[in-house]
Amino acid sequence: MATKKLNLKDKYRLLTRDLDWEFSYQDRKEAFPYEEFEGIKITDWSKWEDPFRLTMDSYWKYQAEKEKKLYAILDAFSQNNGQTNISDPRYVNALKIFLTGVSPLEYQAYQGFAQTGREFGGIGARVACQMQSIDELRHVQTQIHAMSHYNKFFDGFQEFSHQHDRIWYLSVPKSFFNDARAAGPFEFMVAIGFSFEYVLTNLLFVPFMSGAAYNGDMATVTFGFSAQSDEARHMTLGLEVIKFLLEQHEDNVPIVQKWIDKWFWRGTRLLTIVAMMMDYMLPNKVMSWKEAWEVYFEEAGGALFKDLARYGIRMPKYAETIEKEKEHISHQAWWTFYTHGHATGFHTWVPSDEELDWLSEKYPDTFDKYYRPRWEMAKEMEAKGERFYTKALPQLCTVCQIPMLFTEMDDPTQTCYRSSDYEENKYHFCSDGCKDIFDDEPEKYVQSWLPVHQIFQGNCGGPDVEDILRDYYRINVGTDNMDMKGSPDELRWKEWKGTA
Amino acid sequence: MSKVYIALQDNDVSRYIVEAIEEDNPDVTVIHMPAMIRIENEGFLVVKRETVEEKLGREWDVQELHLNLITLGGNVDEEDDQLSLTWN
Amino acid sequence: MPVHAITPNYSGEVKDRVENFHGNQVVYVGWDKHLMFCAPFAFPLPPDMPFRVLLETVMPDPFCVHPEWEKIDWSQVNWLLDGKPFMPQLDVALQDQGVGHKSVVRFQTPELLGFHNAGV
Repeated sequence: MATKKLNLKDKYRLLTRDLDWEFSYQDRKEAFPYEEFEGIKITDWSKWEDPFRLTMDSYWKYQAEKEKKLYAILDAFSQNNGQTNISDPRYVNALKIFLTGVSPLEYQAYQGFAQTGREFGGIGARVACQMQSIDELRHVQTQIHAMSHYNKFFDGFQEFSHQHDRIWYLSVPKSFFNDARAAGPFEFMVAIGFSFEYVLTNLLFVPFMSGAAYNGDMATVTFGFSAQSDEARHMTLGLEVIKFLLEQHEDNVPIVQKWIDKWFWRGTRLLTIVAMMMDYMLPNKVMSWKEAWEVYFEEAGGALFKDLARYGIRMPKYAETIEKEKEHISHQAWWTFYTHGHATGFHTWVPSDEELDWLSEKYPDTFDKYYRPRWEMAKEMEAKGERFYTKALPQLCTVCQIPMLFTEMDDPTQTCYRSSDYEENKYHFCSDGCKDIFDDEPEKYVQSWLPVHQIFQGNCGGPDVEDILRDYYRINVGTDNMDMKGSPDELRWKEWKGTA
Repeated sequence: MSKVYIALQDNDVSRYIVEAIEEDNPDVTVIHMPAMIRIENEGFLVVKRETVEEKLGREWDVQELHLNLITLGGNVDEEDDQLSLTWN
Repeated sequence: MPVHAITPNYSGEVKDRVENFHGNQVVYVGWDKHLMFCAPFAFPLPPDMPFRVLLETVMPDPFCVHPEWEKIDWSQVNWLLDGKPFMPQLDVALQDQGVGHKSVVRFQTPELLGFHNAGV
């Protein structure tokens, strides 16, 4: 008689659930010491369901196939000098942000899921976290590998790991993940597994990656989509965790809601940089940040929250502010980087006239009124040989660590100032969302490593900004930073194209 | 009702998966973007093994979908014969 | 609860207490509705610095590049200190008129509407 093939459900049961064991001589609470302090109540881990029912044997099989496909394309890209076929050398600066700002987060996610998986008492969740942890390690490796090719031909890639821990704007993504990892296992899952993976990574890995393809970057779109194919599983895990927590105990509902409010806000702040990459750093345009936001946040996120309403979960707090921000944040962010272009590890530039017109068309209610004048000013200054680089250091938000560049959404000409007094000290925030997060857990955020203050405290070398950039950040001053115009990157490109 | 969606890499295998999805879900909207295909539907979408196998002309495991998948939205249920997405 | 921690009575190290700034305090200065400067500036300043030095020596360096800087009539400027109306005393030290560590000093020039009247 032929051996009967196990069906998916039986296979999942045998290869996941049956890996668990009863604790005969050890106290379960000592084995899983972080399960309770956040206030989450789990009554029955066996109710956990993994909708993908992926078992380790299938996991290795399909991940190996994904890797083979990916590396074949990376080889083809480098063997065919793919770097010469991108749309425009300005595009590569988005990859510098990706490698210094995003790839190290993949590594943090790898560590975070390894730890979180260990902390869960339920075997199904543990196995899913283990797979996700291995996925994240794959992502950081494939991203470094893909971008190592660009490192041979462009400046600004060489010190990504060193820079992630030091450069002022990179403290934004780094502290975001540090915040999540310093929380308990359930908050980490709501932060990264749900809020970040379900709604926010889509915006980076889907429309931005489609944009990479449209700009001739086969290597990036391939690692991006290959990573995102894992994210589909991660998103499902994130949603499953939320549903599981909400079904386990009604007392979990307000805790989960508070984490959703916090992490959607933190996530939208973090994505400001992706907004800017989409609107300003993709020379061939696929869609505007606003359009991408409407599809992946408002539509997809809206559907998600409608689905969760049956548990008593509502849309994240400040959803109305978030909706208005889609008209503004990409412009406010690129202006910040442009005016700090002497202190960035990548190049910045004034958008071309065609690009300014595209922005007017995509943002008819805001661009000409509030943002085009900034670029007109920058153009005038540049024409006089006075390319604008700001001269002092900016005030930062204590929570998101972004310069205080955001405006009141009902008055986009006015900087948004918020503050709290806590134990004899003042703390400043860019928004109500960030202030709420501080006020809830001030003892956490009094520890913020704010790059500007660290410079003033003498912890980043110096004394001059240039010394800090060169010695502490390891930016090749005059090569990696400053305007795209006249940069070594631009000169090399012109030589390749015979237009030097 | 909210839209569920699935996005696939634009390649030779996906083309047949998309054909199968269109056959099994006649009301879907298929959107082509650079390097990807996004398929949306009101409330429900199913990918059936049998239909995909018929289009591909070979055996196809539902879990092979992961090789071409980019992202999805909706509650997932994966079984031996199909993968479905739903919003309640 | 000031933090949700596994350790009872957990308290964090205050990274930005004034003692860490080598005798200086941090003061933030912002020019309302002039977003050529994307964010308020942060300056490490001696607490006994007279306001006049802040206004006449520290602030011009980053702000003077704005075409409207020269046009400011300082007698007409509205000042805010930590969100409240404030009248700086030029020859009084910062700390003696309430400009403390991590205070925010804002100034408003309602007759100057920014580059192209766009708040830039």
